[in-house]
Amino acid sequence: MEFLKKLFVDPFVEMVSYPDFLMQVLWEGLVSGVLYSLIALGFVLIFRSSRIFNFAQGIMVVFAALTLVGFHAMGIPAWVSVVFTLGVMALLAITIERVVLRPLVGQPDIILFMATIGITLFLIGGGELIFGGETKRMITSDLGIPTGSVDFEPFGGLLILQHLDITSVAAAVVLVTSLLIFLNKTRMGRAIRALGDDHQAALSVGISLRTVWVLVWFIAGVIALMTGIFWGARAGVSFALEVIAYKALPVLMLGGLESITGAIVGGLAIGLLEKLFEIYWGQPLLGGGTETWFAFVLALIVLLFRPQGLFGEKIIERV
Amino acid sequence: MSVTDLEPYTTEDGREIGSVVMEMKNITLRFGGVVAIKDISFDIRQGEIRAIIGPNGAGKSSMLNVISGFYTPSEGQVWYQGQPRPTMKPFEIARQGVARTFQNIALFEGMSTLDNIMTGRLTHMKSSIFSQGLWWGKAQREEAEHREVVEKVIDFLEIQNIRKTPVGRLPYGLKKRVELARALAAEPQILLLDEPMAGMNVEEKEDMSRFILDVNDEFGTTIALIEHDMGVVMDLSDRVVVMDYGKKIGDGTPDEVRNNQDVIDAYLGVAN
Amino acid sequence: MFYNTAGQFKTSYTKDQSLFPVKQDAILLGVVLLCAWIIFPMTASEFTFKTMLMPVLCYSLAALGLNVLTGFAGQLSLGTAAFMGVGAFACYKLITIFPEMNIIVAILLSGVFSSAVGVAFGLPSLRIKGFYLAIATLAAQFFLVWLFEKWHWLSNHNPSGAIEVPNIDMFGITVAGPHAAPVTQYYLILAIVTLITIVTINLTRGNQGRIWKATRDMDIAAELIGINLLKSKLTAFAVSSYIVGVAGACFVFLNLGAAEPNFFDIPLSFKILFIAIIGGLGSVMGNFMGAILIVALPVVIKFLPDAMGLEVNPATVEHLNIMTIGALIIFFLIIEPHGLARLWQLIREKLIIWPFPH
Repeated sequence: MEFLKKLFVDPFVEMVSYPDFLMQVLWEGLVSGVLYSLIALGFVLIFRSSRIFNFAQGIMVVFAALTLVGFHAMGIPAWVSVVFTLGVMALLAITIERVVLRPLVGQPDIILFMATIGITLFLIGGGELIFGGETKRMITSDLGIPTGSVDFEPFGGLLILQHLDITSVAAAVVLVTSLLIFLNKTRMGRAIRALGDDHQAALSVGISLRTVWVLVWFIAGVIALMTGIFWGARAGVSFALEVIAYKALPVLMLGGLESITGAIVGGLAIGLLEKLFEIYWGQPLLGGGTETWFAFVLALIVLLFRPQGLFGEKIIERV
Repeated sequence: MSVTDLEPYTTEDGREIGSVVMEMKNITLRFGGVVAIKDISFDIRQGEIRAIIGPNGAGKSSMLNVISGFYTPSEGQVWYQGQPRPTMKPFEIARQGVARTFQNIALFEGMSTLDNIMTGRLTHMKSSIFSQGLWWGKAQREEAEHREVVEKVIDFLEIQNIRKTPVGRLPYGLKKRVELARALAAEPQILLLDEPMAGMNVEEKEDMSRFILDVNDEFGTTIALIEHDMGVVMDLSDRVVVMDYGKKIGDGTPDEVRNNQDVIDAYLGVAN
Repeated sequence: MFYNTAGQFKTSYTKDQSLFPVKQDAILLGVVLLCAWIIFPMTASEFTFKTMLMPVLCYSLAALGLNVLTGFAGQLSLGTAAFMGVGAFACYKLITIFPEMNIIVAILLSGVFSSAVGVAFGLPSLRIKGFYLAIATLAAQFFLVWLFEKWHWLSNHNPSGAIEVPNIDMFGITVAGPHAAPVTQYYLILAIVTLITIVTINLTRGNQGRIWKATRDMDIAAELIGINLLKSKLTAFAVSSYIVGVAGACFVFLNLGAAEPNFFDIPLSFKILFIAIIGGLGSVMGNFMGAILIVALPVVIKFLPDAMGLEVNPATVEHLNIMTIGALIIFFLIIEPHGLARLWQLIREKLIIWPFPH
């Protein structure tokens, strides 16, 4: 009885009694959610255009952030470093296409997936070899990202919004919007979507597989860099960041591997819910640390009832 | 002789045709708003070769999928051995003695021909997983016994030389034959063939026709098949169901069907 | 010439279905077993036992378990390490609660627990397929490791959550714990690994193996020819998690002597997955080849610069090691997606017709 009360009553009482704290929790969940959505988005783009389940997406985040910090440490101005890092990501995209994807065209999905795990390891080993394993500080202020905070006092309480978080949400919105415009309005964007719908048909109307692949991997790299900047600014830059890469996976389960809307909505939902669960149930009842698995278990439960994910279409099986 | 008779009879070439073994009663199948099969009834009799024909998109494959339990009819019922068949999983239907082949070959590409055909026996194999782990006693005996059945099928279909070849390496025609072998190895009550001749050249078609007739003749297996090729079907089958746009437009012996005005219209088109 | 199979005829199906229809295969395996059972133990140093021979066996066993699930039944799992953890923790609790229990019995029993947990996490596999299932197994990975850390009862209330193996005797000989001799432990592991390997080979070449492979190759067709997919997948999860759990228990109790919860974290899962891939999915022997490669690689990477007289610090070796494994995976996938086992098969096929290639 006591336990049931703790499970079903106390958390909600807590929420209502301290609405300012609840808002704070929701805000922070939202900010994480935005970043999850971004990673998931890079992932969906690659999956749609090449059927590759890119496990390396999370590591690309770390790698991009490390490269950026590395360039800056060499005395290169911050914004020039960003340009250089974009160059490195483009180079990475070309190399991956040339060395890994091209020889593996037509192999079963699982083989390509394994190959991306190979890329993951290569980038981890390589990154640590070049940049060292210790945690670095993101060059937040050099990039001109504001670091203060805005305080509100809703319901007589206190709500603190970090400038950094506001900036990251705004930047994410801009990035996603421009990406959607790119995908829907430009020739190349439509080519990417066409490839996702039907490989063979897209090839037969003259869409170059290689160009599209390099392009989506580069876009994934750009997304990775941006996620890396904002996440790195909050938590420092090191390979410990790869845990957020894993967070993108339940987002994908929830939203569907191919749905851009799904990635965005799924990411936000998971960011919010896992924070709520951790603060109101995880810490008081389970000893905390539930954020490592909550999203996965949530996605698992949702999938049991909707195997196609929240936004996937129902599959009619054929023989 | 009328085909609506339910009495057993003997065909001109001396095969015994028994009573009704399976009956489709007012089957309707919908996918969302699309009606794939509209209120179709027909029966299959013991020992006969029953064909379902019709132009593209007529709903033939859907019909076969209903029979093999892959789709559950939205309305109507399948009667099997005199009883209405409850809704069950495809694997349970297979265990009742319904085996099938597939239009797009569905062999297990990672296995050898022999292993593929052995999978046809699995509904008959009973040894426990523990016994199999030790490869001792029942499991070992069972493996050899069923191998014997499979070898008979292999001999019958003349595929001895590819016994241990991975099926992935086989040419199309042989794959179709291995698929037939797998279905035959199950010693089914009813054998469903989904376009057994699709994509074959004349010679391969002749071979396949011969095998189908031999199977029916030697083992007395009831066969229901879907086919595109009118000529082949008319020569092979005892009775034919003709479908068009999900509806049944004809049912009877090949001669009856050939002279049915609706069937002629469906195949040749009507000027209107 | 050496692999000439001409003249070897089979006169019964039982003989044709025996483990090694080709005589040379049996001889080759005999040589390997001879090395493992007699030659290595006579020549290896304590260090070699602890850091090479025993880890190879434990990794092989874990990879074998994963291979049953992924290679044979086609269900991709990324949570192997967590199930190894279940085995290890279950074994720890077993010997705590029943101190008189024979350690071999405890290890073999602990697999039952991981098997049960595996089946529980395998239940969604009927509705969730492919990559979605792979992510679902990550739920097991993260949840179970969290549970090892938070549920202190599992580690007998050790504040760090770690398990430490006490000294355990069997027939008057110390077989586990700080006082155990590596050679005894090696033999115990080898015995368990040999036993489980034989059983797995039998399972995968018989009816159950065909059911799994059919499920893997084309699940829809498999169901239509009479395979109960849920049962097929769940037996795969059960058998796989059993083997993986035993591997985890062996690893901790007979080799490492202690383990913290985060030992069973995702890097170990990946390590096992690589062994299975590099060795060859859908192969039994490949797991051993893969494990040898993975264990030997850091040694080689460490040894090479030494031999060339270069100073390399240990961290660099570790990074190079990870990088090389990554590169190797890609390399192997491009050269031979079916792994070392397939490579060996190709060589064998060539040898059978050598020296006359037609």
